[in-house]
Amino acid sequence: MASGLHNSDIPNPVLRWIDQRMPVFTMMQKEYGSFPTPRNFNYFWNFGALAMVNLMIMIATGIFLAMHYTPHTSMAFDSVERIMRDVNFGWLLRYVHANGASMFFIVVYIHIWRGLYYGSYKAPRELLWILGVVIFLLMMATAFMGYVLPWGQMSFWGATVITNLFSAFPVVGEWIVQLLWGGFSVDNPTLNRFFALHYLLPFVIVGVVFLHVVALHITGSNNPLGVEPKGPQDTLPFHPYYTAKDSFGLVIYFIVFAVLVFFAPNYLGHPDNYIPADPLVTPAHIVPEWYFLPFYAILRAVPDKLGGVLLMFGSIAVLFVLPWLDGSPVRSMRFRPIARIAFLLWTVAFFVLLWCGGKPAEEPYVTISRFATAYYFAYFLVILPLLARLEKPLPLPESIARAVLGGGPLPAGAAAKPMEKA
Amino acid sequence: MLRNSLKALAIVGGLIAATPGAQAAGESVAIPDAGFSFNGIFGTYDRASAQRGFQVYQQVCASCHAAHLLSYRNLRDLGLTEAQVAAIASQVQIQDGPNDEGQMFERPGRPSDRFRSPFPNPQAARASNNGAMPPDLSVIAKARAGGANYLYALLTGYEDPPAGMTLGEGMNYNRYFPGHQIAMARPLNPDQVEYADGTPATIENMSRDVSTFLAWAAEPEAEERRAMGVKIIIFLTLLAGLAYVVKRKVWANVH
Repeated sequence: MASGLHNSDIPNPVLRWIDQRMPVFTMMQKEYGSFPTPRNFNYFWNFGALAMVNLMIMIATGIFLAMHYTPHTSMAFDSVERIMRDVNFGWLLRYVHANGASMFFIVVYIHIWRGLYYGSYKAPRELLWILGVVIFLLMMATAFMGYVLPWGQMSFWGATVITNLFSAFPVVGEWIVQLLWGGFSVDNPTLNRFFALHYLLPFVIVGVVFLHVVALHITGSNNPLGVEPKGPQDTLPFHPYYTAKDSFGLVIYFIVFAVLVFFAPNYLGHPDNYIPADPLVTPAHIVPEWYFLPFYAILRAVPDKLGGVLLMFGSIAVLFVLPWLDGSPVRSMRFRPIARIAFLLWTVAFFVLLWCGGKPAEEPYVTISRFATAYYFAYFLVILPLLARLEKPLPLPESIARAVLGGGPLPAGAAAKPMEKA
Repeated sequence: MLRNSLKALAIVGGLIAATPGAQAAGESVAIPDAGFSFNGIFGTYDRASAQRGFQVYQQVCASCHAAHLLSYRNLRDLGLTEAQVAAIASQVQIQDGPNDEGQMFERPGRPSDRFRSPFPNPQAARASNNGAMPPDLSVIAKARAGGANYLYALLTGYEDPPAGMTLGEGMNYNRYFPGHQIAMARPLNPDQVEYADGTPATIENMSRDVSTFLAWAAEPEAEERRAMGVKIIIFLTLLAGLAYVVKRKVWANVH
């Protein structure tokens, strides 16, 4: 690329002066203004933008909470309640942050589900997908450490159970656990380092989100039909079409968020976390936050500790190699009648695991967890690779425009309008 | 659109509905709904009941249970006047210091003081209570599944143990306590306090009042929160309508 001033066509002279020297306005116009976007998105394509907004909300509320929080075992619990009582709108900050974590996982789970259903992980978007899984892992680590900070009973015992998992690894296990604890049990050093990391990781997430968006803007978005845009007739400029559509989705998201924060702020939490941490009293049932329950169920489905830990990590790790497990060139499940059913069953298995994870580790939940775990992995490791060879997909539409604007062969799976008539 | 929205709704709904499973199960009796005024979307605390509840807390519970997250000044939220709060605070002696000579000293409480705890430390609390630790009551209504309904059920749930059940030493039978054996002896007896407003001090009334007080103590922001929530939901609903109209207008020419 030649050096020298950028050839800017921004009308405002001040902005043009900046743009010539640092073409951020040209870039924004290219990436978010005229960016060609498939014209047939449904509302599932809102959730990436929602996740971005959610991350901003978490960072903004988190910074203000950190100004009032004390990361010390003898003061953390009281400092959180002090935020609730004596800090102006502190209850709002804390409930937005706590429920924001739940909203973040709801949004991201739907976002991931969308990617799985419409085959967004397939070539050429493998790296985009992998970066997404990295973000998901970072989110889990951040959420876990954030839940420890109020230093309630579930904070303490959740931290104890989860950090102890690492001791299952041979040779390095003990060393990892002591590194996480900063000592020989979950105690003040643990709380201190979790607070530091909980503040750090969201900014790492911002960095990976940036890469995720960069990768997205190279390949362009997938769409509900899973066929690539073939020309301008298949796309619309991002603004105003998708800014308008995302805005509507965003307000709906805010409504759900507000219902939780203002009318059921503790519904998704556990009452035991309002009991200050006590290393001498173990709660009757230690359960993680709801968004970890599917993975907790997988962990407990295996009678062997190391096996359970490996399977739990494996349930995420399998997502990294998914683009190469599913060899079918057809992306959207709309054209894959058998895979579609298999995937909807996988969705059921996920919810079953979520439900089992909240139940005590006893029958019949353990057996149910085992079946659901088996199906969770079978879908990725057996069903998808087999279906890539055996399944006969439905005929794909010639182009997005033909399918959306009429004339093309409308597939059975998309008998309703692929794009709602808004 | 409808189909997809329904799908999305079903997913969100499913996620939310599935989570009460997270409440750890235990062998406990279903907690009856005591019909408190403050449960529900527009609920507010019954001030008279909460004030009576404070009296019960002060005269009965506070001899063993701390509520160290509350300050006397918070009582103004219950409708007590500045002077009443100052009078209540001045009844207790608070340890302060050190003074210029390096000595700790006692002084009458001020509205800005936290509720004085009955015991100086957990060890003293256990030593005075047969080894059992009376929990701090500041957030007890948030810290028990069932909230105020559970507190009411617990306080009115003292009974004779069923035939054949042997209680541990110093333990008492309670219908609603998990495991049914509770170290706290029946705390409320008829006419244990004398209400200034003439409300009969039955066990049910006192239990209801003190549960109301403790619900307020745990969530003093609840009324403000719900009032703000109603406004925000109305605003967002209107905004959603606007955003939808804008979206339709923008998209009108591309279908």
